[in-house]
Order: sequence, then C-alpha cells, then structure tokens
Amino acid sequence: MKRKMQILLNGIFKENPVLILVLGCCSALAISVTVLGSLGMGAALTFVLVGSNIVISALRKVIPDKVRIPCYIIVVATFVTLVQMVVEAYVPTLHKSLGIFLPLIVVNCIVLGRAEMFANKNTIGDALFDGIGMGIGYTMVLTAMAIVRELFGAGSLFGKQIIPEEYTVRILAQTPGGFFMFGLVMAILVWGLAKHGKKFEPKMGCDGDCGGCGSADNCSEKEAKNV
Amino acid sequence: MTKLLSIMFLMIFTENYVLVQFLGICPFLGVSKKFDSAIGMTGAVVFVMTLASAVTWLIYTYVMAPAGLGYLQTIVFILVIAALVQFVEIFLKKYAKGLYQALGIYLPLITTNCIVLAATIQNIDNSYTFLQSCVNGLSAGIGFGVALIIFCGVRAALENAKPPKCFEGLPITMVAAALTSVTFMGFTGMAENLFH
Repeated sequence: MKRKMQILLNGIFKENPVLILVLGCCSALAISVTVLGSLGMGAALTFVLVGSNIVISALRKVIPDKVRIPCYIIVVATFVTLVQMVVEAYVPTLHKSLGIFLPLIVVNCIVLGRAEMFANKNTIGDALFDGIGMGIGYTMVLTAMAIVRELFGAGSLFGKQIIPEEYTVRILAQTPGGFFMFGLVMAILVWGLAKHGKKFEPKMGCDGDCGGCGSADNCSEKEAKNV
Repeated sequence: MTKLLSIMFLMIFTENYVLVQFLGICPFLGVSKKFDSAIGMTGAVVFVMTLASAVTWLIYTYVMAPAGLGYLQTIVFILVIAALVQFVEIFLKKYAKGLYQALGIYLPLITTNCIVLAATIQNIDNSYTFLQSCVNGLSAGIGFGVALIIFCGVRAALENAKPPKCFEGLPITMVAAALTSVTFMGFTGMAENLFH
C-alpha cells in the first residue's frame, strides 16, 4: 500500500506531467482559460489515462514489442472515443468548450508517454495508481492556471462574474496569456525549488532527454542532433 | 476561389495553429532551436498534412459516412495517419533518396503531432469539399512553418539574453512565445474584411 501511495504522489508532485515532464502542453495551454473546462478536461484525461494504463499493463506480455506503439494508439483511441460519446451525450456544453482538444487526447503525449514509460513495465494495480496520480497532477496544474486566467482575464470564476469586465486583463484569457502563464508557473516552481536548495531545469521532452518522452522510440530527434 | 483564398489566409495567419490555436506546441518548442531542422520539419509537416487531409477526406466521405461509421472517426484517422507516415517514409527511402535525406528524420515525429489529426478532423467538422480540405491541410502546414521559422529567429536572439535566474531555459522561451503570439493577434478579423 505504501508503494501505491508513492506512485500516486509521484504523479502529482515529483513527476508532474505538465510542469516536470512537460508533456501534453498543447491542451494544458488551450483549455486553462476556464476553471470548469479545466476540470472537465482533467476528468476526461484521467479516465483515458487510467483505462489505457490498465489495459496496456494487462496486455503487456501479449503485445509484441515491435508493434507496441500502434497497439497502444488503438487502445488509447478506443477510450478517447468512449469519452467523446459520453461527454457529447451528457455534457454538451463541455463538449463544445473542449472542442477539438477532446479527440486530440489520442495524441496527447501524457497518455502514450505513461503507456511506454510505466504501464508496460508494471502490474495492473501500479498502473492504475499511476494513471490516477498523473491525472490529478494534470488537472491540478490546469485548474491552478485557469483560476488565475479566468479571474483576471475574464473577471469570472466558474462562469460567475466577480470582477467587472472593464477591469480585466483580457490578454490573459487569450493565446499569449496561455504561453505567458505557463512560463510564469514554471519560473515560480524553479524559484521555489531553488529556495529549498533543489535544482530543477524544465526541459522539453525532446530536448535530448529522451527518457522523459513517450515518443522516444518513434523519435529520431537524437539522430537529428548528431547529424 | 475566394473561399480557398480565405481558408489559406485563415490557416496561415488569423487562425494559425501554433500561435493562435495552441496546436503542435511540442514540435514548435522542440525543433525551433536550429533553422535547418525547422525548415526540414516544416517540409515534412506540409507534405504529410496535405496528403493526410486528402486521404482521410476520401475515406470519410466514401467509406465511413455511407456505412454510418462516423463515430469511429478518431480511431480511423489516427491509424490512417500512422500508416500513411510509415508508407511515405518507405516510399521516399526507395524512390526519392534526396527528399528522404531532407525530411526522413522528421517523419516519425509527425504521427504524434497533434496538428495533423486536428486538421483532418476540422476538415470534416467544417464540411469542406475535397479541394478545400487539401488546401486547408496545405495552408495549416505552411502556417505551422511560418510560426516555427519566426520563432527560430526569436530563439536565436534569446540565446544572448540574460533573464532572471528562475526564468532561464524553458520559462523564458514560453514568455517569448507569448510575445510572438501577440503579433499574430494583429491579424484578427482581417480575413472577413479581405474576402468579402
């Protein structure tokens, strides 16, 4: 049980998928405009992540090594289609606000990354907790960014107007605000860790650190660097 | 014709995938360090996206829609893209050595690049015709390239900058990306006025 807790906390803090592993930042930047959207996206991603982690971990001895990436993609795409149908049927407003980013969970590097880095090497129970932890970690970062962006960008929280619109910093709710907020959150993290004497340099998954990237096997960026 | 031009303008400037719609951020940050690799990646993306738009449109319109399989869109499209990338790689390796050397190393990266899947899904969502879909794929690829190459220049300037200690590396790159995307906000609303 202690190990399970450790895996769970690992996903939330030590290996936070968005801030530390820097995976799946497209959706993180785009969806963090509203708090409700972030929570919905977090729930959708957590479901896909847990589902695909469990199935891939269960099938880890069955799937041949050479064709594992296409197999993972099929498993992930199945869960994504499930989520798409459920969300469209029961929460149409969420379906509209997530838009294209819902089907794009298929190519979200967090899901494939965890399949490749964790689920295919560990037992079903561990994979389940890893999925939950990573999902919570993702949702937390998204929601934190969304609170700031929605409150100061649109003047509202959970869709309720709090600050009159004339006093909002509208750019925070637009595209540049997403990039800026993400950079700021990362800088705060680096600053906070440095205060505790820990060093942390955020890097993109494909900045040569291929261990932190789900598509490392499919990736020739390493070779590209040597050319 | 006006419609095609308007799609092109939208995808390259007003609705630029990277800097306005937040798609394809990973390669945008990963490959924009060197100008050569930015050009190579752009070539590969433009090529695959145009091809994928055409192929997925044909499959959706003539196979999936008549059979009522629209709900399988996500699964089928991602598999088609993965297979297509694989096929293009094999084909280029065998018949177009020069092109393969230029683009080959970037091809495998594209399967998990969200802009390809996004473009193919948007073609169907917007109910574009075959020609419009191809133009959409092509210009979305060009738009990606424009953003990538502009940002390449910004990053070169960033190398010599001295940001505060905690902003070093990725954080300052994100702030630079924010400023680059501010410039693209200037195109907002231009397409409507240009093509009416």
